[in-house]
Amino acid sequence: MTARVERRTVNVRIGSRVRNGHVVGTRWVLRIGSLTAGLLLWQVLTATGTTAWLRFDRLPTVVEVARRLVEQAGTAEFYTDLVTSLGRIAAGFLLAAVLGTTLGIVIARSRLVGDVLQPLLEVVRPIPAIALVPIAILLFPTDEQGIVFITFVAAFFPILVSTRHAVRALPTMWEDAVRTMGGSRRHVLLKVVLPGTLPGVFGGLSVGMGVAWICVISAEMISGRYGVGYRTWQAYTIVDYPGVIVGMVTIGLLGWLTSSAVELAGRRVTRWLPREAKP
Amino acid sequence: MSVRVEGLTVRYGSAVVLQDLDLDVSTGEILVVAGPSGCGKSTLLRAVAGLVTVAAGRIVVDGQEVRGTSRDRAMVFQDDGLLPWRTAARNVELPLALRGVPRTGRRAAARRWLDRVGLAGFERHLPRELSGGMRQRVQLARTLAQRPKVVLMDEPFAALDAQTRADMQELVVEVLREAGTTTVFVTHDVDEAVRLGDRVVVLGTGEVDVRREAILAAVMA
Ligand SMILES: Nc1ncnc2c1ncn2[C@@H]1O[C@H](COP(=O)(O)OP(=O)(O)OP(=O)(O)O)[C@@H](O)[C@H]1O
Ligand SMILES: [Mg+2]
Repeated sequence: MTARVERRTVNVRIGSRVRNGHVVGTRWVLRIGSLTAGLLLWQVLTATGTTAWLRFDRLPTVVEVARRLVEQAGTAEFYTDLVTSLGRIAAGFLLAAVLGTTLGIVIARSRLVGDVLQPLLEVVRPIPAIALVPIAILLFPTDEQGIVFITFVAAFFPILVSTRHAVRALPTMWEDAVRTMGGSRRHVLLKVVLPGTLPGVFGGLSVGMGVAWICVISAEMISGRYGVGYRTWQAYTIVDYPGVIVGMVTIGLLGWLTSSAVELAGRRVTRWLPREAKP
Repeated sequence: MSVRVEGLTVRYGSAVVLQDLDLDVSTGEILVVAGPSGCGKSTLLRAVAGLVTVAAGRIVVDGQEVRGTSRDRAMVFQDDGLLPWRTAARNVELPLALRGVPRTGRRAAARRWLDRVGLAGFERHLPRELSGGMRQRVQLARTLAQRPKVVLMDEPFAALDAQTRADMQELVVEVLREAGTTTVFVTHDVDEAVRLGDRVVVLGTGEVDVRREAILAAVMA
């Protein structure tokens, strides 16, 4: 005889994703509108050469910048710079992601490793990565390696610290559950700690990606031979102001794209988080 | 497997939660533990599971002193013990996955046990998409799928309506009796204690209150 429980559950759809088309439309109008208004204001201020304390007369107009952007987008150099900067970001950031999460977990889970590494890391952490440029130049055979190192250091600490906090803040309940199923330490690590800390880790990755860009651009301005940061600084030294703005816009777009990629990946792997039904 | 608690004392810092507690559960017995909120029922279960360090005394399961957790001693947690990133089915599969049961076998077992707790069709739901009572039933399915020798249940049916609760009680008794599983079952509900327990023990604040055990036994009769 088996006791079988009848399903008496009524299917109720909770938090359905029906969106109000009117609201969504309005939000996009607002977003695009604000961007357009900003560009328009810039164009007006620079084209009329407004000088009311702030001097807009020396800045290039939107049209000039756009023309320069189109011009540069037709050169091979532009893409070499893009690929170079992206490559440095990829190398430094990935290295930081792997080492930062691994060390973060180990430090949080092992008192011995924590005691050994924590003081060292805490002393190095407050040093802005960009202040390490002289060290990087001395330490590494090539500028390229130095720039990747700076990018790595910049992204490493936010990732490490977020991971460490996430592991420490993990509810013990989940670990207890896995242990009463006969799970080993390795099981706890793989089935609880890794998935459970992902939301926190991705917080760190987001911040890490932001500072990685800040530092790669700064390092390129100081010691690079290619890259968007190097090109932007070059433009400034030859008084090519539209070129400077093109560089800045490029950096902004690249940063935004890579951060969105991290955000998107983060949202995919943390779908299980409790979420309010959005309007 | 028999469970024997000898002179158990558990402290949280300076607070003594359990003091010199003795308890015997024989193989296949269902022991119900009752007592006021905060008296240490959950702590007792956690100690038997091997999740807390004991200050004094010992716990002997099947002649072996308990040191740490084991898959032979499964627990249904009072608060939500499901992994929130795993679907209902994948939560039920977990104890089987940990001991290396192949995927197809795991899937079939999860489906079967979810069906038996009345959650057929909810395999792919995440815990946050289930109600509190449904989550507790997933925990129950997970624990039964584990096929442990000792089951520790911490108010597993507290969030259920009367009918579902009766169904679950029937299921639990049937499955545990059939497998000869030794059970420690915590509940506040006198009715449930009477229905499930071979024996009822009432924890006072820190000790077994034999007189109240007698009173309850009288209620049962
Ligand atoms: N992790 C902890 N740290 C400190 N004190 C704790 C901890 N867990 C429990 N306690 C204390 O131990 C006592 C017993 O807690 P326990 O959870 O075992 O009670 P309980 O009998 O299960 O209560 P309830 O019926 O409300 O679930 C309580 O006074 C509680 O404050
Ligand atoms: Mg309790």
